[in-house]
Amino acid sequence: MHDMSAHAAQHHAPPQGFIRKHVFSVDHKVIGKQYYALALVAVVTGMVLSWLMRIHLVWPNSPIPGLQWLSKVGAPGGIMTPEYYLQLMTMHGTIMVFFVLTTAPFAGFGNYFLPIQIGAEDMAFPRFNMMSFWVTFVAFCVLVAAFFVPEGPPLSGWTAYAPLSAVGGVAGPGQGMGQNLWGISIAIFCIGQLLGSLNFIATTLDLRTKGMTLGRMPISTWAWFITSCIGLTAFAVLLPACILLILDRVAGTSFFIPANLVISDQIQPHSGGSPLLWQHLFWFFGHPEVYIAIVPAMGIVSHILINSMRKPLLSHKAVIYSMMSIGFLSYMVYGHHMFVSGMNPFSALVFSFPTLIITIPATIIVLIWIGSLYGSRLQITAASLFALGFISMFVSGGVSGFFLAQPSIDIYLHATYFVVGHFHMVMGVAAMFGIFAATYFWFPKMTGRMMSEPLGKLHFWLSLVGTYCIFMPFHYLGLAANVRRYSSFVNEYLQPLLPVHKFITYAALLTGGAQLIFLYNLIHSRFWGKPAPANPWNCTSLEWTTPSPPPFDNFGGKHPVVYHDPYQYGVKSSTGADYVMQDSPEEVKPA
Amino acid sequence: MATTVHEPPKIDRRRSADAGQSGNRGWRNLVPADGSLRAVDDRSPEPATTGIWVGLAAITMSFAAFTSALVVRQGSGMDWRHISLPPILYLNTLVLLASGVTLEVARRRVARYARGISSEIAIPMSWLCLTLSLGLLFVAGQYVAWLRLRAAGLYLSTNPTSSFFYVLTAVHALHVTGGLGGLINVISKLIRSVLRRSTLDATSYYWHFMGILWLYLLLLLWMKF
Repeated sequence: MHDMSAHAAQHHAPPQGFIRKHVFSVDHKVIGKQYYALALVAVVTGMVLSWLMRIHLVWPNSPIPGLQWLSKVGAPGGIMTPEYYLQLMTMHGTIMVFFVLTTAPFAGFGNYFLPIQIGAEDMAFPRFNMMSFWVTFVAFCVLVAAFFVPEGPPLSGWTAYAPLSAVGGVAGPGQGMGQNLWGISIAIFCIGQLLGSLNFIATTLDLRTKGMTLGRMPISTWAWFITSCIGLTAFAVLLPACILLILDRVAGTSFFIPANLVISDQIQPHSGGSPLLWQHLFWFFGHPEVYIAIVPAMGIVSHILINSMRKPLLSHKAVIYSMMSIGFLSYMVYGHHMFVSGMNPFSALVFSFPTLIITIPATIIVLIWIGSLYGSRLQITAASLFALGFISMFVSGGVSGFFLAQPSIDIYLHATYFVVGHFHMVMGVAAMFGIFAATYFWFPKMTGRMMSEPLGKLHFWLSLVGTYCIFMPFHYLGLAANVRRYSSFVNEYLQPLLPVHKFITYAALLTGGAQLIFLYNLIHSRFWGKPAPANPWNCTSLEWTTPSPPPFDNFGGKHPVVYHDPYQYGVKSSTGADYVMQDSPEEVKPA
Repeated sequence: MATTVHEPPKIDRRRSADAGQSGNRGWRNLVPADGSLRAVDDRSPEPATTGIWVGLAAITMSFAAFTSALVVRQGSGMDWRHISLPPILYLNTLVLLASGVTLEVARRRVARYARGISSEIAIPMSWLCLTLSLGLLFVAGQYVAWLRLRAAGLYLSTNPTSSFFYVLTAVHALHVTGGLGGLINVISKLIRSVLRRSTLDATSYYWHFMGILWLYLLLLLWMKF
């Protein structure tokens, strides 16, 4: 270790007082935990919304107790209207994609562990970092406020397709103030994530400690770095799109609203706008967003699996290059969301090709994981189980992506439950499993206490079986032409599918209930868990060289010096251990 | 995956004396994977310098999105009208370009002051204040351009051309206002003698970028309107 300069120590003085320490803190660790807490609140909200939708789908005429309190207009007597179903669906999607899948794996764990893994004492711009969280928090509050305006939240889906999202209150309940709040919330969210991405990139490039070359960064750090590059460019496009959408709604412009649009027998006073333009701008952000959710999870899973296998991956570099290729290609595939939008059919072909190409780096990563697992003596922990669960979900959900990438098949499957099943597995549940794996793995470092392993394993098995029971049948429903976004299945041709829906609803309620085990484990372990040592998993990277939890400046006024590649497992150390830590000056001898 | 151990590191006094923040402070000067730690030269970019380039990349993406929206919108409807740009825009352009020149002069004067060649703080200060005034004049000039457009009956929602005019110029003016905030920050730090070179450099990169961005927007408006 070498001493920090006097200036560097001043750079991050220990915070004083409750507000500076825990609320408006510039410490990346506190900000990381704040993001995690926000994601936790958001995921519970989103899950309850999905329960309400699932219950209504299979028992459309039974009142849900208490729902009338949420909205008298949307759920008179506790029975939701079809419009209110869509409003809940919009909020479920928006909350889950933006405030859970973006905040937890990227902003949450990334904030906490990226600086420590590269041996820095904080982010490059700590005040921007604090601003990034609080801006995101305000965005969440603005979005949730949509529940409490007279007509409730918007019903245009998390994709807010124009002209439905652009014309205003005339388009339906929630399309007035609710949709305004949605647009403002997402614009604010973009600013928060832009600040965060900027910080991640500058930190990774400039604040690495002595000896921490790019090649010596752990895969998780690489994943957060690549994600921040994707986030920087993707949110920079969504922000202008949201500005134009808001102007269409409040200032009477016609960016996305076509001429002669008739709604409820009224010609709308707009001219010549292009609804397709919104889709292009939105999906230029929207598809990279999928990778903003999944690439950090890939990094986390690699980091955890290597630790549990006690040996490095078959190829460290191939995983990093593949993640880079995924990030790069993610901008060229967005049109596959728009095969049936009315765009030129030749464009569909152009977008289909890179969509199939992007499966190659994804497959390389999966094959490296599986190849590395083959013959390894995997230590079974809650974290490694969830990492395996991630691979399982990613593969199962990814396979259906091959079908959807073909325009001719997608025309049939578009807007059916097949698509819903596909993205819930490959993006939603897979990323959630990544979050769970990261929680079980890093909880001791973040809180200084161990989580209960038996409860963690129980949580894993119930979640794995439960999520397969929920989302696998979605694919069959889709093949049977069950359209998405219908609030109930009164049509005759959908009636035979009702038993499948009932099964899914039961599975959703039980799997959601199983998450209480996780919540209990999280809260109980936080206060009463076994005290955690500095390095409970015998891991090699820098976050495990400091006490649990780390001091305010991460390394106690020193900077570690890095001598080795990140994953020196399966070697012979002078202490007799099978690993050598990154900051250990000893020579590495093969076991 | 065995690696060779490098020589134990020596604390670099030179670095400790002037290093501002934490870490290795720069990807260009990292310890080479198979080299000697003593060979490492520790002059590396400040996070502010890296951060500003990353920020400019994001701004570039945003304006690329606006541009593609403009191109698509022009082709999508039959309502694209040609409007003549208010002549004051050309005057504003000159003002913004002049502010870029004065900022460069200010940068050199600050450097002379910092190196002790000149002891007069008033000289760099006056050039910085001149830059700030020219920046304010540019924003005021843009406001006059909006007033001219409004006087001609062209409002935000009148036609797609006027919509894009207001949106592009307003978003750019907002960014310029951010740059003015940066300049005020630089001036206040210079007064308190805590101005770091990287802060001044980052502010000036941003300011010059605003100039280049404005030239691009003017060209775009001139071509499309």
